[in-house]
Amino acid sequence: MNLNTVSVAASASESSIFQRFIWNFADTFVVMRRNLYAYQRQPELVVFATIQPVIFLLLFTYVFGGAISFSTGGDYINFLLPGIIIQTILFASANTTVGLTVDLSRGIIDRFRSLPMSRAAVLAGRTSADTLRGLFTVLIMIVAGYIIGFRFEDWGSGLLGLALAVAFGYAVTWISATIGLFVKDPEAAQVAGFIWLFPLTFASSIFVPTRTMTADWLRTFAENQPVSVVANTVRDLMTGTVNPDEIIISLLWIAGIVAIFLPMAVWRYARVASR
Amino acid sequence: MTAKHSIIAENVVKHFGDIKALDGVSIAGETGKVLGLLGPNGAGKTTLVRILTTLLKPDSGAVSVGGIDVLRRKQQVREIIGLAGQNTAIDEILTGRENLEMVSRLYHIPRPAAKRRAQELLKQFALTDAADRPAKTYSGGMRRRLDLAASIVARPSILFLDEPTTGLDPRTRIIMWDTIRELVSDGATLLLTTQYLEEADVLADQIVVIDQGRVIAEGTADELKANMAADFIDITVANPQETDKASQLLRSLSDKSPQTNEQRGHISLAVESGAQSIAEVVRLLDAESVQIAELNLRRPSLNDVFLSITGEEIVEEEAKPKRRFGRRRSA
Repeated sequence: MNLNTVSVAASASESSIFQRFIWNFADTFVVMRRNLYAYQRQPELVVFATIQPVIFLLLFTYVFGGAISFSTGGDYINFLLPGIIIQTILFASANTTVGLTVDLSRGIIDRFRSLPMSRAAVLAGRTSADTLRGLFTVLIMIVAGYIIGFRFEDWGSGLLGLALAVAFGYAVTWISATIGLFVKDPEAAQVAGFIWLFPLTFASSIFVPTRTMTADWLRTFAENQPVSVVANTVRDLMTGTVNPDEIIISLLWIAGIVAIFLPMAVWRYARVASR
Repeated sequence: MTAKHSIIAENVVKHFGDIKALDGVSIAGETGKVLGLLGPNGAGKTTLVRILTTLLKPDSGAVSVGGIDVLRRKQQVREIIGLAGQNTAIDEILTGRENLEMVSRLYHIPRPAAKRRAQELLKQFALTDAADRPAKTYSGGMRRRLDLAASIVARPSILFLDEPTTGLDPRTRIIMWDTIRELVSDGATLLLTTQYLEEADVLADQIVVIDQGRVIAEGTADELKANMAADFIDITVANPQETDKASQLLRSLSDKSPQTNEQRGHISLAVESGAQSIAEVVRLLDAESVQIAELNLRRPSLNDVFLSITGEEIVEEEAKPKRRFGRRRSA
């Protein structure tokens, strides 16, 4: 019973770095498809997640729209819809927190971990599936927006704005994933997944122009935090203004969030699941 | 794999907070054989399996599977092992077929081959009829079979089954045994944990008994039994109130004090030679007019082995209802 007596057999395959790189994507795709099946087969999840933002859209337009439009100038719907798209995408990312903790509490995660698959794929499959789901909801909201009077100023820049919003959503799902991996408990995740989103969503330019905020410190925060930066950029793009500086800053935020939270989530996943 | 031992753990220690789950466990599973890890709930069986299958890091000790260092080359180990854990590791929303295809794909088996393999396994595990139904509609036995099928998708040379039949009804358990025996006849090395003595006896070539994180005995089922008294005499007295009296009377027949159950009037006596002692039992009890309701002579069971080592019986627990959420591990 000595390790030295056993020949250290050549492994089944000493795979190349390139191959591993490709497998990251292949594995992510397999896991993403599994998560999308879950949404497809429990349509009630998606239906309610879609109805909620549409209700927000209607409420804000018709209840607050009259009051707020004094400060926005022009049609509030054109101000609101791009913002509420960002809000929808932020809230949708809470699914990532909940979904991951549910996975962690089930046996399936042990199966994944005992397979020779990419370590990041379980997480990346989840974040990409949730991003696609977010995109689906946003498309429905644009349709609803068109019904009540929203118009893209220019389809090209409008779609660019949509792409930027989805990219931001993808970055945020990595924050949500990291939170889920720290919380671990599915019920706690229901709360923890949302709670940090409220200040970021409301102390931002999503619903109202930041210059109307009364406290200086709040206004300073709201003007500079990433949600406002991205929301402003998306709003400009959707209303026909292309401002390259703004786009670059938004992209830097997106890249920065991914660069910090993706490795953190992968690191945390390895620790959490090996307990 | 020509090495003699495919599964090796040396002096493995693992704590969860203050709890010592494994307290220096060493095992060696022979290539192509079935190693049975026998012990009660909480003995550390699952912890050891999780360490051997790369899911958990030990505090200290050395572990190798198929000659590969588990601690340093996890990914390589994962390519040659299969694991069917205690909690069935299947996706409830996917169908049986999709579950198998997904696992195949994650082993990087090309799609057409993955489809063929899934079909093959569904047939082998009698799941063809249910293949395209979501796994959440499956019965407990079907889930276990699907889980087992998923664990052998890539034809692993080393297979770990953690309590594969816990919670199954007896009929399903016997079907599982047949399936497991077939797997092993193809030459795979198997490590099987169980709290069922009968199961270790039926399936395992080699048995390691573990309790409270320590190996307390090992050998073949026969070797373990041979270390014990040759025979057992089980006596049931007609009046349970006389259990104590009867056990006092019989004390002279055995080196070990008899095991008794006063509610039922059971006495279990370990003796050198059953045939000689049985007459003596009758004579002694009859002289004091203690009535015997039942008298049996038998070979020692693994339960007796366990009892003689630990002084405690193995409690065969009934399956608890499965908790879906909040499976928290200590620490």
